[in-house]
Amino acid sequence: MGLQAYLLVSALLFTIGAFGFMARRNAILMLISIELMLNAVNLSLVAFNAYAPDGSPAGAIFALLVMAVAAAEATVGLALVIAIIRTRKTAEVDQYADLKE
Amino acid sequence: MMVCFGSLAGMYALLGAPIVAAAQVLIYLGAISVLILFAIMLTQAGDANLPRPFHPQVWVAGLVALIIVGLIGYTVLQTDWHGALAVTAVSVETIATALFSDYALPFEILSLLLLVAIIGAIYIARRPEDDEGAN
Repeated sequence: MGLQAYLLVSALLFTIGAFGFMARRNAILMLISIELMLNAVNLSLVAFNAYAPDGSPAGAIFALLVMAVAAAEATVGLALVIAIIRTRKTAEVDQYADLKE
Repeated sequence: MMVCFGSLAGMYALLGAPIVAAAQVLIYLGAISVLILFAIMLTQAGDANLPRPFHPQVWVAGLVALIIVGLIGYTVLQTDWHGALAVTAVSVETIATALFSDYALPFEILSLLLLVAIIGAIYIARRPEDDEGAN
């Protein structure tokens, strides 16, 4: 039951992140939702690695790599959001519609 | 969000991956949470209460989310995980050896990516014609 419990928690976390990303209208909260989804994938990676019969460290290593990529993504994403909010004075993504036809 | 990140670090420690738990505490609890707090503080001082926090098609998003969690949960519960019985702890030394031998190329690419991200974030977030931006 151990692995299943971890995978269910991971699925739940991913779904909360996906729901937040789809339903929220604030750009920063959408970024937080992306972080939640990345964390869910990390949890499933580490869980699969811990229950693998051979003691290979691939899952933990990929979890570390995903963490670093998530940090880079959060940095650039928040910088972009701050730049957009500075020029547009709002955090709502529905009003960033300049590229619309 | 910070409670969630901290609980995830505890789960990693339970799963026998202490280095991942330590990295989770350092990166997420330490760095990303503070970054997001600063972003919220910098941007939403005036309009803390948005008129409608959710998208008008929120029920579609909820439906899709329910479908996703249903599918994943069904798959997880229906699969026979007979090979996965016990937690095998991976030592830090094993991870370090593999990270610098087998996975050296992703490691180097990752360092390059972090450098590019730092430069890009500084360039994007600085104010135009303001050389003393604190970013």
